Amino acid sequence: MKTALRTCLLALFAFFFVLEKAQGQNGRTPQPVIMPGDSAPDFSLKAVSGKIVSLKDYKQAKGFLVIFTCNTCPYAQAYEGRIIDLHNKYAPLGYPVIAINPNDPTVQPGDNFQAMQDRAKERKYPFEYCLDEGQKVFPKYGASRTPHVFLLDKTRRVRYVGAIDDSVDDETQVTRRYVEEAIAAVMAGKDPDPSLTRAIGCGIKVKR
Amino acid sequence: MRKLLFLFLFGQALLLRGQRVYERFSDFLPYLQQQNDTIYVVNFWATWCAPCIEELPYFEQLHQEYRGRKVKVLLVSMDFRKDLESKLKPFLQRRQFSAPIAALLDSDYDNWIEQVDPQWTGSIPATLIFHGEKRKFIENEFSDYAELKKLIDPLLDSK
Repeated sequence: MKTALRTCLLALFAFFFVLEKAQGQNGRTPQPVIMPGDSAPDFSLKAVSGKIVSLKDYKQAKGFLVIFTCNTCPYAQAYEGRIIDLHNKYAPLGYPVIAINPNDPTVQPGDNFQAMQDRAKERKYPFEYCLDEGQKVFPKYGASRTPHVFLLDKTRRVRYVGAIDDSVDDETQVTRRYVEEAIAAVMAGKDPDPSLTRAIGCGIKVKR
Repeated sequence: MRKLLFLFLFGQALLLRGQRVYERFSDFLPYLQQQNDTIYVVNFWATWCAPCIEELPYFEQLHQEYRGRKVKVLLVSMDFRKDLESKLKPFLQRRQFSAPIAALLDSDYDNWIEQVDPQWTGSIPATLIFHGEKRKFIENEFSDYAELKKLIDPLLDSK
């Protein structure tokens, strides 16, 4: 009985929490957020490589680093090299980076598909860089800024959401490598701690 | 003497007239904890953030229009340390805002974002309005001045 009551209360709390999140952002952009523990939705997005990228097609993957990022945001640019390093280090271990540009190119022309292809070529991106065409994917993840990292495990359960590390502007000052720590925890069969971090970033560009 | 003068100038160089640079969030926190009869409007922005730049004039207008009343505007720049001299300072010199400006350099974001507001996911522009115990947080840009003013006036009337 006591347990039932507690479950009810928890459900109620979760409901209001989701409601709050869904309304968020001045009531303008609904943002259902997936949190650590939730299941992440798959997608089917065109990448600059010409491929259509879906998580289900990665049969060998042990997980994914789904990173919402873009060409134009200075934070995304500051982290660009570190995102490349993450892929080079963790793709061979079964955790590839899948980068998704969530911005509307009509609002941010520097983030259109051609510009994405140019940047990926110039910087030699080793990972798939997809455009969230129609902006259908980022709201399902509840990404709010670039860059915004979602670490998924093999079953597509979200294990970590947030920043790459704790020093965007000066890599030499990094004291916590959140993403690397989270992958290490998942590989060791543990829950990442922290599993959720916040960081300043560029708001995702949406037509108003 | 010349060396002293240089030091003096350099020490002043970060921002213009009296505008503060906060190295750590803990130094800035007391500003957010003020509880008195003033309405504080704190906007987080950066020179690289286009929607932020678009809405800065609304805050400047608010600052000018409510001069002499109990409304205080503070524009807190999130620009990187390396961009203070090269980007932030020229921008401020060009725009000549009369509203107070500050720069917050603490990039250990996860440590402090929640202390500004538990709802803040970290995107900018973001604005915190507080008045005594009342707090309102907006993680989005204002579409016009009226939209911002609409949040301030009821607080003034309630006094």
